[in-house]
Amino acid sequence: MLAKRLIACLDVRDGRVVKGVNFLGLRNAGDPAKLADRYNREGIDELTVLDVTATIEGRGALLETIREVSRRIFIPLAVGGGIRTLDDAKAVIDAGADKVSLNSAALADPGLVTAVAGTYGSQAVIVAIDAKRGDAGFEVFARSGTTKAPREAVAWAREAADHGAGEILLTSIDRDGTRAGFDCELTAAVSQAVQIPVIASGGAGTPEHFADVFSAGCADAALAASIFHFSEHAVRDLKVFLSEHGVPMRLDW
Amino acid sequence: MAIALIDYGAGNLTSVVKGFRAVGADVHIVGSLEELAGASAIVVPGVGHFAATATLTAEWRTAITRATDAGVPLLGICLGLQWLFEGSDEAPGQPGLGMLPGRCFRLSGEVKVPHVGWNTLRFSKPASRLLDGVTEGASAYFTHSYAAPIGHATAADTTHGLPFAAAVERDRVFGVQFHPEKSGATGLRILENFMGVVRGGR
Repeated sequence: MLAKRLIACLDVRDGRVVKGVNFLGLRNAGDPAKLADRYNREGIDELTVLDVTATIEGRGALLETIREVSRRIFIPLAVGGGIRTLDDAKAVIDAGADKVSLNSAALADPGLVTAVAGTYGSQAVIVAIDAKRGDAGFEVFARSGTTKAPREAVAWAREAADHGAGEILLTSIDRDGTRAGFDCELTAAVSQAVQIPVIASGGAGTPEHFADVFSAGCADAALAASIFHFSEHAVRDLKVFLSEHGVPMRLDW
Repeated sequence: MAIALIDYGAGNLTSVVKGFRAVGADVHIVGSLEELAGASAIVVPGVGHFAATATLTAEWRTAITRATDAGVPLLGICLGLQWLFEGSDEAPGQPGLGMLPGRCFRLSGEVKVPHVGWNTLRFSKPASRLLDGVTEGASAYFTHSYAAPIGHATAADTTHGLPFAAAVERDRVFGVQFHPEKSGATGLRILENFMGVVRGGR
């Protein structure tokens, strides 16, 4: 049976993890390769490196990070943040990323989704959608949630899939950082509208939140960052909890 | 003597190269028939549409068949496994290598297609060289919409809506529908096993 996936997100700036590095027992917590290695040992199903750098130097550091992580860890690796062109996608894929996550650039030019999918296959293209509840339903925002896009989340997810996206990474702006739980209604609406997998993000605070988003939210995968830093066995404990609550999980690693 | 990883333009090979290097293999990306000569093993990777295998022309097929006839191990990964069969409903006019009988079909049922993520391997053969040391029920990472039929060569099968061949082996011809280079310790063990065949003539 196909397992639901748990994905750890590493927010990286200038080659260092910048969020959720408060775990005391871990030396060099800011080193993405070390953190990736730890998550891998704990049984994470997939990794996402999100680049929050804005500089050229930072992009160079990002590529080095991808090389370091992908040299040691043999599970899927997605990279997002600042990918605006096919050349940007090529650079991170050549460095070892299996998938690229496109957000603002896909909104500006959905043809980019088709171009990357045409070169590397749809399985290599994630379209990331940042959505917020508004008067017009689930509104889509670009540029890290700062700019409202003239789109509705469910329709945009369908359009992205039609353009060749292989997965949707759906983040609830309302829930992001709140630890109040995923927006299951948003996730279910998008997941039921497309055939491609939907990764839920934003709001993870407890194991029950994951159980909810996999059942009521119809999510195929869930992504989180800081919750995995709480304790040394956070990933393993979460997988065991979900498995005991009837969610199919990969438990061999 | 190096392993020839055939680059026929179907996706990115970086992860496959890294996977083989992690198990100590000397792997070379090969884009022309001349480079294929003398390879100790042949790996056909690939993601995406079956039509992409059209790049593997009759000359390629003849060269690969001659090599396997001479005992050179062959491993197809993902689209590369599907190509070992007679063809695929995804590109009806495009023949496969035809080393294994049957046609690839689109997955369907009360499930999402493509099939993306970790799924379990159910063993079909009592003794598989490729799956040696792997536990029945082990998980592997899949990403595909079409799949190969179960047959005599099936070493492991998986179900997503429909059951399909997850791993095949016959003589020195092997294939995996999942991505061993992305399937953690299980995947690396499978690559090691293939290298065992290459090195030891098992």
